[in-house]
Amino acid sequence: MRSTEKPKLIITGIIIGLAAVVLTLLGNPGNMGFCIACFLRDTAGAMHFHTAAIVEYVRPEIIGIIIGAFSISIIRGDFRPRGGSSPVLRFIIAAIVMMGALVFLGCPLRMVLRLGGGDLNALVGLLGFAAGIGVGCVFINNGFTLGKAERQSAIEGVALPSATVLLFVLFLAVPSLFLFSETGPGSMDAPVAAALLAGLVVGIAAERTRLCMAGGIRDMILIRDFTLISGFAAIFLASLVGNIVAGSFHLGFLDQPVSHPMHLWNFLGMFAVGLGSVMLGGCPLRQLILAAEGSSDSASAVLGMIAGAAISHNFSLASSANVGPGLNGKVALVGGIIILLAIAVAATLKGRKE
Amino acid sequence: MKELDTSGYSCPEPVIMTKKALKDSPEGLDVTVDNRASKENVTRYTTALGYSVRTEEGKGCWILHIAR
Repeated sequence: MRSTEKPKLIITGIIIGLAAVVLTLLGNPGNMGFCIACFLRDTAGAMHFHTAAIVEYVRPEIIGIIIGAFSISIIRGDFRPRGGSSPVLRFIIAAIVMMGALVFLGCPLRMVLRLGGGDLNALVGLLGFAAGIGVGCVFINNGFTLGKAERQSAIEGVALPSATVLLFVLFLAVPSLFLFSETGPGSMDAPVAAALLAGLVVGIAAERTRLCMAGGIRDMILIRDFTLISGFAAIFLASLVGNIVAGSFHLGFLDQPVSHPMHLWNFLGMFAVGLGSVMLGGCPLRQLILAAEGSSDSASAVLGMIAGAAISHNFSLASSANVGPGLNGKVALVGGIIILLAIAVAATLKGRKE
Repeated sequence: MKELDTSGYSCPEPVIMTKKALKDSPEGLDVTVDNRASKENVTRYTTALGYSVRTEEGKGCWILHIAR
Protein backbone atom coordinates (compact mmCIF):
# COMPACT_ATOMS: atom_id res chain seq x y z
CA MET A 1 0.00 0.00 0.00
CA ARG A 2 2.78 2.38 0.95
CA SER A 3 4.42 1.81 -2.43
CA THR A 4 1.45 3.02 -4.51
CA GLU A 5 0.24 5.90 -2.32
CA LYS A 6 3.43 7.92 -2.00
CA PRO A 7 4.28 8.12 -5.73
CA LYS A 8 0.68 9.20 -6.48
CA LEU A 9 0.89 11.91 -3.83
CA ILE A 10 4.23 13.11 -5.17
CA ILE A 11 2.85 13.27 -8.74
CA THR A 12 -0.24 15.13 -7.46
CA GLY A 13 2.00 17.55 -5.58
CA ILE A 14 4.08 18.20 -8.69
CA ILE A 15 0.91 18.80 -10.78
CA ILE A 16 -0.44 21.27 -8.20
CA GLY A 17 2.88 23.07 -7.77
CA LEU A 18 3.40 23.50 -11.52
CA ALA A 19 -0.28 24.32 -12.24
CA ALA A 20 -0.04 27.04 -9.61
CA VAL A 21 2.98 28.63 -11.28
CA VAL A 22 1.28 28.43 -14.69
CA LEU A 23 -1.92 30.04 -13.33
CA THR A 24 0.21 32.85 -11.90
CA LEU A 25 1.87 33.36 -15.29
CA LEU A 26 -1.60 33.42 -16.88
CA GLY A 27 -2.77 36.22 -14.61
CA ASN A 28 -3.46 35.06 -11.04
CA PRO A 29 -1.89 37.18 -8.23
CA GLY A 30 1.70 36.41 -7.20
CA ASN A 31 2.23 33.10 -5.37
CA MET A 32 -1.56 32.62 -5.64
CA GLY A 33 -1.96 30.01 -8.33
CA PHE A 34 -4.20 28.33 -5.82
CA CYS A 35 -5.44 29.57 -2.48
CA ILE A 36 -8.59 28.01 -1.13
CA ALA A 37 -9.08 30.70 1.50
CA CYS A 38 -8.44 33.61 -0.87
CA PHE A 39 -10.58 32.13 -3.64
CA LEU A 40 -13.54 31.40 -1.35
CA ARG A 41 -13.12 34.97 -0.07
CA ASP A 42 -13.12 36.37 -3.63
CA THR A 43 -16.20 34.30 -4.46
CA ALA A 44 -17.95 35.55 -1.31
CA GLY A 45 -17.15 39.09 -2.44
CA ALA A 46 -18.47 38.46 -5.95
CA MET A 47 -21.73 37.29 -4.34
CA HIS A 48 -22.05 40.56 -2.37
CA PHE A 49 -21.44 38.81 0.99
CA HIS A 50 -18.77 41.43 1.64
CA THR A 51 -17.92 44.58 -0.25
CA ALA A 52 -14.14 44.79 -0.15
CA ALA A 53 -13.76 46.09 -3.69
CA ILE A 54 -10.31 44.59 -4.30
CA VAL A 55 -11.23 40.94 -3.60
CA GLU A 56 -14.30 40.09 -5.68
CA TYR A 57 -14.30 37.37 -8.34
CA VAL A 58 -16.07 34.04 -8.91
CA ARG A 59 -12.95 31.87 -8.93
CA PRO A 60 -13.35 29.02 -11.43
CA GLU A 61 -10.57 27.09 -9.64
CA ILE A 62 -12.88 26.48 -6.64
CA ILE A 63 -15.73 25.41 -8.93
CA GLY A 64 -13.39 23.06 -10.82
CA ILE A 65 -12.02 21.48 -7.62
CA ILE A 66 -15.53 20.70 -6.30
CA ILE A 67 -16.89 19.42 -9.63
CA GLY A 68 -13.72 17.41 -10.37
CA ALA A 69 -13.71 15.74 -6.96
CA PHE A 70 -17.48 15.13 -7.09
CA SER A 71 -17.30 13.50 -10.55
CA ILE A 72 -14.39 11.21 -9.74
CA SER A 73 -15.92 10.21 -6.40
CA ILE A 74 -19.10 9.12 -8.22
CA ILE A 75 -17.09 7.21 -10.86
CA ARG A 76 -14.82 5.48 -8.32
CA GLY A 77 -17.48 4.74 -5.71
CA ASP A 78 -16.17 7.12 -3.05
CA PHE A 79 -19.31 9.25 -3.05
CA ARG A 80 -20.90 8.53 0.33
CA PRO A 81 -23.41 11.06 1.64
CA ARG A 82 -22.96 11.34 5.40
CA GLY A 83 -23.24 14.02 8.04
CA GLY A 84 -24.46 14.97 11.47
CA SER A 85 -21.11 15.25 13.23
CA SER A 86 -21.55 18.65 14.92
CA PRO A 87 -22.36 20.70 11.79
CA VAL A 88 -22.73 24.01 13.66
CA LEU A 89 -19.45 23.58 15.54
CA ARG A 90 -17.78 22.80 12.22
CA PHE A 91 -19.27 25.96 10.71
CA ILE A 92 -17.85 28.06 13.57
CA ILE A 93 -14.43 26.34 13.56
CA ALA A 94 -14.18 26.82 9.79
CA ALA A 95 -15.12 30.50 10.08
CA ILE A 96 -12.26 30.95 12.58
CA VAL A 97 -9.90 29.01 10.27
CA MET A 98 -10.80 31.49 7.53
CA MET A 99 -10.19 34.47 9.85
CA GLY A 100 -6.74 33.05 10.67
CA ALA A 101 -5.97 32.41 7.00
CA LEU A 102 -6.93 35.98 6.08
CA VAL A 103 -4.69 37.41 8.82
CA PHE A 104 -1.81 35.36 7.39
CA LEU A 105 -3.07 35.97 3.82
CA GLY A 106 -3.41 32.43 2.57
CA CYS A 107 -4.56 28.90 3.26
CA PRO A 108 -2.00 26.14 3.96
CA LEU A 109 -1.77 25.44 0.22
CA ARG A 110 -0.86 29.04 -0.56
CA MET A 111 1.56 28.98 2.39
CA VAL A 112 3.49 26.22 0.60
CA LEU A 113 3.27 28.08 -2.74
CA ARG A 114 4.54 31.25 -1.04
CA LEU A 115 7.47 29.26 0.35
CA GLY A 116 8.17 28.02 -3.17
CA GLY A 117 8.23 31.64 -4.34
CA GLY A 118 10.83 32.54 -1.69
CA ASP A 119 8.45 34.36 0.69
CA LEU A 120 10.05 33.74 4.09
CA ASN A 121 6.96 35.05 5.92
CA ALA A 122 5.41 31.73 4.92
CA LEU A 123 8.13 29.97 6.92
CA VAL A 124 6.91 31.83 10.03
CA GLY A 125 3.38 30.80 9.03
CA LEU A 126 4.51 27.19 8.68
CA LEU A 127 5.89 27.24 12.24
CA GLY A 128 2.55 28.53 13.51
CA PHE A 129 0.66 25.98 11.40
CA ALA A 130 2.76 23.10 12.75
CA ALA A 131 2.33 24.40 16.33
CA GLY A 132 -1.45 24.56 15.86
CA ILE A 133 -1.49 21.01 14.48
CA GLY A 134 0.67 19.85 17.40
CA VAL A 135 -1.81 21.29 19.91
CA GLY A 136 -4.69 19.71 17.96
CA CYS A 137 -2.94 16.33 18.13
CA VAL A 138 -2.74 16.57 21.92
CA PHE A 139 -6.53 16.94 22.00
CA ILE A 140 -7.05 14.06 19.55
CA ASN A 141 -4.77 11.78 21.58
CA ASN A 142 -6.86 12.61 24.61
CA GLY A 143 -10.18 11.70 23.04
CA PHE A 144 -11.26 14.81 21.11
CA THR A 145 -14.12 14.08 18.74
CA LEU A 146 -16.88 16.08 17.06
CA GLY A 147 -19.03 12.94 17.14
CA LYS A 148 -20.22 10.32 14.76
CA ALA A 149 -21.52 11.01 11.26
CA GLU A 150 -24.56 9.13 10.00
CA ARG A 151 -25.57 8.21 6.50
CA GLN A 152 -27.51 10.88 4.64
CA SER A 153 -29.64 10.81 1.53
CA ALA A 154 -28.09 11.28 -1.90
CA ILE A 155 -30.09 14.52 -2.19
CA GLU A 156 -28.20 15.92 0.80
CA GLY A 157 -24.91 14.70 -0.67
CA VAL A 158 -25.37 16.39 -4.04
CA ALA A 159 -26.61 19.70 -2.59
CA LEU A 160 -23.27 21.52 -2.45
CA PRO A 161 -21.91 20.21 -5.78
CA SER A 162 -25.23 21.21 -7.42
CA ALA A 163 -25.07 24.69 -5.91
CA THR A 164 -21.54 24.96 -7.29
CA VAL A 165 -22.70 24.06 -10.81
CA LEU A 166 -25.54 26.60 -10.54
CA LEU A 167 -23.07 29.29 -9.45
CA PHE A 168 -20.87 28.55 -12.45
CA VAL A 169 -23.80 28.63 -14.89
CA LEU A 170 -24.96 31.99 -13.49
CA PHE A 171 -21.38 33.31 -13.61
CA LEU A 172 -21.18 32.47 -17.33
CA ALA A 173 -24.76 33.38 -18.28
CA VAL A 174 -25.54 36.44 -16.15
CA PRO A 175 -22.22 37.89 -14.96
CA SER A 176 -23.93 41.19 -14.13
CA LEU A 177 -25.32 39.50 -11.00
CA PHE A 178 -21.84 39.46 -9.49
CA LEU A 179 -19.26 41.99 -8.36
CA PHE A 180 -15.86 41.93 -10.02
CA SER A 181 -12.80 43.79 -8.72
CA GLU A 182 -11.31 46.37 -11.02
CA THR A 183 -8.10 46.69 -9.02
CA GLY A 184 -6.23 44.54 -6.49
CA PRO A 185 -5.86 40.74 -6.24
CA GLY A 186 -9.51 40.14 -7.23
CA SER A 187 -8.86 41.79 -10.61
CA MET A 188 -5.93 39.47 -11.37
CA ASP A 189 -7.10 36.23 -12.85
CA ALA A 190 -6.15 33.52 -15.31
CA PRO A 191 -8.57 32.88 -18.23
CA VAL A 192 -11.74 31.10 -17.06
CA ALA A 193 -11.11 27.93 -19.10
CA ALA A 194 -7.55 27.53 -17.79
CA ALA A 195 -8.60 28.19 -14.19
CA LEU A 196 -11.51 25.75 -14.43
CA LEU A 197 -9.36 23.06 -16.04
CA ALA A 198 -6.64 23.46 -13.41
CA GLY A 199 -9.32 23.19 -10.70
CA LEU A 200 -10.78 20.04 -12.25
CA VAL A 201 -7.36 18.35 -12.43
CA VAL A 202 -6.50 19.30 -8.86
CA GLY A 203 -9.94 18.21 -7.61
CA ILE A 204 -9.60 14.80 -9.23
CA ALA A 205 -6.00 14.27 -8.10
CA ALA A 206 -6.63 15.48 -4.55
CA GLU A 207 -9.70 13.24 -4.24
CA ARG A 208 -7.81 10.15 -5.36
CA THR A 209 -4.80 10.78 -3.13
CA ARG A 210 -6.56 12.39 -0.12
CA LEU A 211 -3.90 15.12 -0.25
CA CYS A 212 -4.15 17.31 2.83
CA MET A 213 -1.78 19.99 4.01
CA ALA A 214 -2.72 19.58 7.69
CA GLY A 215 -2.97 15.77 7.51
CA GLY A 216 0.68 15.43 6.49
CA ILE A 217 2.04 17.11 9.61
CA ARG A 218 -0.70 15.55 11.79
CA ASP A 219 0.13 11.99 10.68
CA MET A 220 3.83 12.60 11.30
CA ILE A 221 3.09 13.65 14.87
CA LEU A 222 0.30 11.19 15.70
CA ILE A 223 1.38 7.96 14.03
CA ARG A 224 4.87 8.64 12.64
CA ASP A 225 3.52 8.23 9.13
CA PHE A 226 5.19 10.17 6.32
CA THR A 227 2.83 9.37 3.44
CA LEU A 228 0.68 12.51 3.29
CA ILE A 229 3.59 14.86 3.94
CA SER A 230 5.19 13.70 0.68
CA GLY A 231 2.47 15.56 -1.27
CA PHE A 232 3.18 18.71 0.74
CA ALA A 233 6.91 18.42 0.00
CA ALA A 234 6.28 17.80 -3.72
CA ILE A 235 4.13 20.95 -4.03
CA PHE A 236 6.91 22.97 -2.43
CA LEU A 237 9.65 21.57 -4.66
CA ALA A 238 7.59 21.85 -7.87
CA SER A 239 6.61 25.45 -7.17
CA LEU A 240 10.19 26.28 -6.15
CA VAL A 241 11.57 24.93 -9.44
CA GLY A 242 8.67 26.47 -11.40
CA ASN A 243 9.24 29.89 -9.84
CA ILE A 244 13.00 29.78 -10.43
CA VAL A 245 12.48 28.83 -14.10
CA ALA A 246 9.75 31.49 -14.52
CA GLY A 247 11.94 34.13 -12.87
CA SER A 248 9.40 34.76 -10.11
CA PHE A 249 11.52 33.47 -7.19
CA HIS A 250 12.39 36.27 -4.75
CA LEU A 251 13.87 35.28 -1.40
CA GLY A 252 13.08 37.52 1.57
CA PHE A 253 10.52 38.88 4.01
CA LEU A 254 9.74 42.26 2.40
CA ASP A 255 7.70 43.25 -0.66
CA GLN A 256 6.42 39.75 -1.27
CA PRO A 257 3.19 39.42 -3.30
CA VAL A 258 0.01 39.66 -1.16
CA SER A 259 1.94 39.11 2.09
CA HIS A 260 3.05 41.02 5.17
CA PRO A 261 6.07 40.74 7.49
CA MET A 262 4.30 40.87 10.89
CA HIS A 263 5.79 37.67 12.31
CA LEU A 264 3.62 37.28 15.40
CA TRP A 265 0.41 37.60 13.37
CA ASN A 266 1.63 35.33 10.60
CA PHE A 267 2.42 32.76 13.29
CA LEU A 268 -0.89 33.14 15.15
CA GLY A 269 -2.96 33.27 11.96
CA MET A 270 -1.61 29.94 10.79
CA PHE A 271 -1.76 28.55 14.35
CA ALA A 272 -5.54 29.03 14.20
CA VAL A 273 -5.61 27.40 10.76
CA GLY A 274 -3.55 24.41 11.96
CA LEU A 275 -5.55 23.82 15.13
CA GLY A 276 -8.90 24.33 13.38
CA SER A 277 -7.92 22.06 10.47
CA VAL A 278 -7.06 19.20 12.83
CA MET A 279 -10.40 19.68 14.61
CA LEU A 280 -12.21 19.58 11.24
CA GLY A 281 -10.23 16.56 10.05
CA GLY A 282 -8.47 18.36 7.22
CA CYS A 283 -7.23 21.61 5.70
CA PRO A 284 -9.47 23.95 3.63
CA LEU A 285 -8.61 22.08 0.40
CA ARG A 286 -9.51 18.76 2.00
CA GLN A 287 -12.82 20.22 3.25
CA LEU A 288 -13.72 21.10 -0.36
CA ILE A 289 -12.89 17.55 -1.48
CA LEU A 290 -14.80 15.88 1.37
CA ALA A 291 -17.79 18.12 0.72
CA ALA A 292 -17.68 17.06 -2.94
CA GLU A 293 -17.61 13.40 -1.82
CA GLY A 294 -20.94 13.91 -0.07
CA SER A 295 -19.94 14.97 3.45
CA SER A 296 -22.47 17.49 4.69
CA ASP A 297 -20.20 18.10 7.69
CA SER A 298 -17.49 19.35 5.36
CA ALA A 299 -20.09 21.26 3.33
CA SER A 300 -20.92 23.01 6.62
CA ALA A 301 -17.23 23.81 6.98
CA VAL A 302 -17.10 25.24 3.43
CA LEU A 303 -20.12 27.45 4.18
CA GLY A 304 -18.44 28.44 7.46
CA MET A 305 -15.32 29.47 5.56
CA ILE A 306 -17.42 31.63 3.20
CA ALA A 307 -19.12 33.24 6.22
CA GLY A 308 -15.72 33.68 7.90
CA ALA A 309 -14.43 35.48 4.81
CA ALA A 310 -17.43 37.81 4.78
CA ILE A 311 -17.03 38.51 8.52
CA SER A 312 -13.30 39.13 8.04
CA HIS A 313 -13.84 41.81 5.41
CA ASN A 314 -17.04 43.34 6.80
CA PHE A 315 -15.39 43.88 10.20
CA SER A 316 -11.90 44.74 8.89
CA LEU A 317 -10.25 41.65 10.37
CA ALA A 318 -8.25 40.62 7.30
CA SER A 319 -4.67 41.79 6.89
CA SER A 320 -3.64 44.33 4.28
CA ALA A 321 -0.75 43.41 2.00
CA ASN A 322 2.62 44.65 3.33
CA VAL A 323 0.94 46.12 6.47
CA GLY A 324 -0.60 43.21 8.36
CA PRO A 325 -3.73 43.11 10.51
CA GLY A 326 -5.29 46.12 12.22
CA LEU A 327 -6.50 46.18 15.82
CA ASN A 328 -9.82 44.50 14.90
CA GLY A 329 -8.01 41.61 13.24
CA LYS A 330 -5.63 41.11 16.18
CA VAL A 331 -8.41 41.08 18.77
CA ALA A 332 -10.63 38.81 16.67
CA LEU A 333 -7.81 36.35 15.97
CA VAL A 334 -6.86 36.00 19.64
CA GLY A 335 -10.57 35.66 20.50
CA GLY A 336 -10.95 33.07 17.73
CA ILE A 337 -8.05 30.99 19.05
CA ILE A 338 -9.59 31.09 22.55
CA ILE A 339 -12.91 29.87 21.09
CA LEU A 340 -11.13 27.04 19.21
CA LEU A 341 -9.36 25.96 22.41
CA ALA A 342 -12.62 26.12 24.38
CA ILE A 343 -14.40 23.93 21.81
CA ALA A 344 -11.44 21.52 21.77
CA VAL A 345 -11.38 21.23 25.58
CA ALA A 346 -15.15 20.72 25.79
CA ALA A 347 -15.23 18.13 22.98
CA THR A 348 -12.26 16.30 24.49
CA LEU A 349 -13.86 16.10 27.94
CA LYS A 350 -17.11 14.88 26.36
CA GLY A 351 -15.20 12.37 24.21
CA ARG A 352 -13.38 10.97 27.26
CA LYS A 353 -16.63 10.49 29.15
CA GLU A 354 -17.98 8.40 26.29
CA MET B 1 -11.35 -11.87 18.20
CA LYS B 2 -12.00 -8.41 19.58
CA GLU B 3 -14.02 -6.09 17.35
CA LEU B 4 -13.94 -2.35 16.83
CA ASP B 5 -16.51 -0.41 14.81
CA THR B 6 -15.27 2.97 13.58
CA SER B 7 -18.25 3.64 11.26
CA GLY B 8 -19.21 7.30 11.20
CA TYR B 9 -15.82 8.53 12.36
CA SER B 10 -13.45 10.21 9.97
CA CYS B 11 -9.70 10.21 9.99
CA PRO B 12 -7.60 10.36 12.02
CA GLU B 13 -10.08 9.10 14.65
CA PRO B 14 -10.32 5.48 13.36
CA VAL B 15 -6.52 5.21 13.46
CA ILE B 16 -6.38 6.53 17.01
CA MET B 17 -9.23 4.22 18.04
CA THR B 18 -7.33 1.27 16.51
CA LYS B 19 -4.11 2.35 18.23
CA LYS B 20 -5.87 2.37 21.61
CA ALA B 21 -7.71 -0.91 20.97
CA LEU B 22 -4.46 -2.64 20.03
CA LYS B 23 -3.03 -1.69 23.44
CA ASP B 24 -5.78 -3.78 25.07
CA SER B 25 -5.61 -6.54 22.51
CA PRO B 26 -2.06 -6.69 21.12
CA GLU B 27 -2.65 -10.01 19.35
CA GLY B 28 -4.97 -8.30 16.85
CA LEU B 29 -8.60 -7.35 16.21
CA ASP B 30 -11.29 -6.84 13.57
CA VAL B 31 -11.83 -3.18 12.66
CA THR B 32 -14.86 -2.01 10.68
CA VAL B 33 -14.27 1.14 8.62
CA ASP B 34 -16.80 2.88 6.36
CA ASN B 35 -14.63 5.06 4.12
CA ARG B 36 -11.65 4.49 1.88
CA ALA B 37 -9.43 7.03 3.64
CA SER B 38 -9.84 5.25 6.98
CA LYS B 39 -9.40 1.83 5.36
CA GLU B 40 -6.08 2.89 3.88
CA ASN B 41 -4.90 4.73 6.99
CA VAL B 42 -5.70 1.90 9.42
CA THR B 43 -4.16 -0.65 7.04
CA ARG B 44 -1.01 1.42 6.60
CA TYR B 45 -0.69 2.10 10.34
CA THR B 46 -1.12 -1.51 11.45
CA THR B 47 1.07 -2.87 8.64
CA ALA B 48 3.84 -0.53 9.79
CA LEU B 49 3.48 -2.04 13.30
CA GLY B 50 4.13 -5.47 11.82
CA TYR B 51 0.57 -6.79 11.67
CA SER B 52 -0.91 -8.51 8.64
CA VAL B 53 -4.22 -7.14 7.39
CA ARG B 54 -6.87 -9.08 5.49
CA THR B 55 -9.62 -6.90 4.04
CA GLU B 56 -13.17 -8.15 3.72
CA GLU B 57 -15.74 -6.08 1.84
CA GLY B 58 -18.98 -5.64 3.79
CA LYS B 59 -22.18 -3.76 3.01
CA GLY B 60 -21.07 -0.12 2.67
CA CYS B 61 -18.01 -0.84 4.78
CA TRP B 62 -14.85 -2.90 5.04
CA ILE B 63 -13.81 -5.25 7.82
CA LEU B 64 -10.08 -5.28 8.41
CA HIS B 65 -8.85 -8.50 10.05
CA ILE B 66 -5.69 -7.42 11.81
CA ALA B 67 -3.47 -10.16 13.21
CA ARG B 68 0.14 -10.90 14.06
